[in-house]
Amino acid sequence: MLAMNNLIEERQQPVSTEFTGTVGDISISNPRMTTRNVDVHYGDKHAIMDVSLDIGRHEVLSLIGPSGCGKSTFLRCLNRMNDTIDICRVTGQIKLDDQDIYDKNLDVVPLRAQVGMVFQKPNPFPKSIYDNIAYGPRIHGLAEDQTELDGIVEGSLHRAGLWDEVKDRLHQPGTGLSGGQQQRLCIARTIAVSPEVILMDEPCSALDPIATAKIEALIDELRQNFTIVIVTHSMQQAARVSQRTAYFHLGRLIEVGQTEDIFTNPQHKLTEDYITGRFG
Amino acid sequence: MSNSTQTTIEKVNATLERRYAKERRFRKMGIAAIAIGLLFVVLLFVSIISKGHSAFWQTHIKLDIEFSAELLDIGDRRDIETLSTANYAALTKASLKAIFPEVDQRKGRRMLYKMISIGAPYLLREMVINDPTLIGSHQTVWLPADDDIDMLVKEQTDRNLPESSRRLNDKVIGWVDQLMARGAVEKLFNTTFFTAGDSREPELAGIGGAITGSLYTLLVALLLAFPIGVATAIYLEEFAPTNRWTDMIEVNINNLAAVPSIVFGLLGLALFINLAGLPRSAPLVGGLVLTLMTLPTIIIASRAALKSVPPSIREAAMGIGASKMQTIFHHVLPLAMPGMLTGTIIGMAQALGETAPLLMIGMVAFVVDIPGGPLDPSTVLPVQIFLWADSPERAFLERTSAAIMVLLAFLIFMNLIAVLLRKRFEQQR
Ligand SMILES: Nc1ncnc2c1ncn2[C@@H]1O[C@H](COP(=O)(O)OP(=O)(O)OP(=O)(O)O)[C@@H](O)[C@H]1O
Ligand SMILES: [Mg+2]
Repeated sequence: MLAMNNLIEERQQPVSTEFTGTVGDISISNPRMTTRNVDVHYGDKHAIMDVSLDIGRHEVLSLIGPSGCGKSTFLRCLNRMNDTIDICRVTGQIKLDDQDIYDKNLDVVPLRAQVGMVFQKPNPFPKSIYDNIAYGPRIHGLAEDQTELDGIVEGSLHRAGLWDEVKDRLHQPGTGLSGGQQQRLCIARTIAVSPEVILMDEPCSALDPIATAKIEALIDELRQNFTIVIVTHSMQQAARVSQRTAYFHLGRLIEVGQTEDIFTNPQHKLTEDYITGRFG
Repeated sequence: MSNSTQTTIEKVNATLERRYAKERRFRKMGIAAIAIGLLFVVLLFVSIISKGHSAFWQTHIKLDIEFSAELLDIGDRRDIETLSTANYAALTKASLKAIFPEVDQRKGRRMLYKMISIGAPYLLREMVINDPTLIGSHQTVWLPADDDIDMLVKEQTDRNLPESSRRLNDKVIGWVDQLMARGAVEKLFNTTFFTAGDSREPELAGIGGAITGSLYTLLVALLLAFPIGVATAIYLEEFAPTNRWTDMIEVNINNLAAVPSIVFGLLGLALFINLAGLPRSAPLVGGLVLTLMTLPTIIIASRAALKSVPPSIREAAMGIGASKMQTIFHHVLPLAMPGMLTGTIIGMAQALGETAPLLMIGMVAFVVDIPGGPLDPSTVLPVQIFLWADSPERAFLERTSAAIMVLLAFLIFMNLIAVLLRKRFEQQR
């Protein structure tokens, strides 16, 4: 501890690891989603503390931070996936455009159609590739007829960069694909419902560098039409794909800002320690 | 440290021998356990098959029957009514008399007639009713022998016992030997055993009635237990809030699985027969009782099957906006179904072999007719076995074992389906 303090004193800039409110500009103009004073409890465990953050249109926002700091928890608040956990309690305000998504009268089904999610582990349904993609449009009644549905399936696979690899075996099980292909299948499944926001929880953590590069390219392309929030442990990935970055630490949002600024000129000591690899 | 001079690999090597010895010991113990289990199964099968296989054959005696209108005492009438009530016993008696003309006393005659099963006249009646033109003709007919003769021919009666302690006296044995010498005695496949209901006469008794009763009972149990069990499991696993009530329900369900089955029989007697006034001995009531008994098994197996569906599948479905119902019915249930079916089949196999609760609701009755529906009095296979095992006639002994063989065949068949389902399930993953 002493040694560490000495180290800190040697440095010029941010010196205190104390938290005195989020550093950086949490609000932006014309946001797609706004979160204000969000607290999340798992039973007695206070997992997210007073987080406020805006998410802009057509931007990729990355959430970084050490393991267990609450990135997934925060992400799952944005489409109310936390509802499925009995002991989880969310307070504060989260809005999609002008709609409070934790409103008592709000139906989570259309919300999740608007805010889609891609998970850390590829989780295709044990059905055919075609049915994996077609499931969402089917239950939401997005296609008038079979040809339109075929079109949605093909379009989604194209955008996910998977079409050429699977066009000859659309009716084989999606679980028979490689890990990277499965993850792109899951992304295709999510964009088939044309959500406005896509949440991605460490989408590349199970993939090799080539598959990762493909998905990163895909994220960049998807930004034209969607708002993307991505949780990642790879700072290079955050730097490559995102415009804004938010750094979480022990349930608090420590710092947020333009990705470039965060990585080149962090304002808070904790952020700096993390991105320079001295922490986590 | 005494062995600090040793390198790591030396230390590892020193422990290896002990580790492998442990593993070998464990393997040997496993093999021994399996061998003991197999030994008992083999013993069971050998004993049952060696006792029971002969019941699938029944001694028949060849008789030359003259379908004479005079003996039948029907004159010129050929209507069903007359044909049904005619004296067919006279035909077999006349035929036997013709073979053994030297037997002339009443007592000797009675012994002679008793060699043929008392069911023989009914067989002849059936022949004539199916084809009245037989009347007036001579026919060679194989008729079932009485069970005592059957036992003698199958060499399950000891000829060397003193005459007084045998069921057949020397005279009858002599007649049988004469018939055998003439090629008039043969063991034929025992179709009666599979088609007939119960009877006091072993050669006329069959498991047809018991199998039909078992099928009706299982059908009722399946139709009720499967939907109720699966619905309960889905509700408890997916919808019920976790509170004291659901905890209590869970404890109770697990308890019910351990309740002795006879208690369910008593409950069925009080509830379905005394209170609801349903008929005794009916497969419907049997099915209801077995439903109560198998429900816990099905619920527990179904909940385990639901639990084993990976949560990632639920998240995937909900993540694209499937409602809870859609998530369950489109994704969770199809994956859980094989497990649920396996549980159901195992429950049904249990129910098929269940005896005690059915005794309580009167399915132990002596039922000759094949039940025509779930409300007719009937018995079930294991109860039939129980009844026969209690009978004094030697011929019922082999039929008991034969019925057990049939029951085991059904059980093996059902468990095989369960295993196949599980295999398919594992392949899907
Ligand atoms: N279902 C849950 N029940 C109870 N506590 C939970 C649950 N999920 C998460 N937590 C707790 O909430 C805190 C935040 O967890 P979260 O999963 O959001 O972390 P994370 O930042 O995503 O970590 P990682 O990078 O390892 O995925 C952790 O301390 C964790 O123990
Ligand atoms: Mg996480």
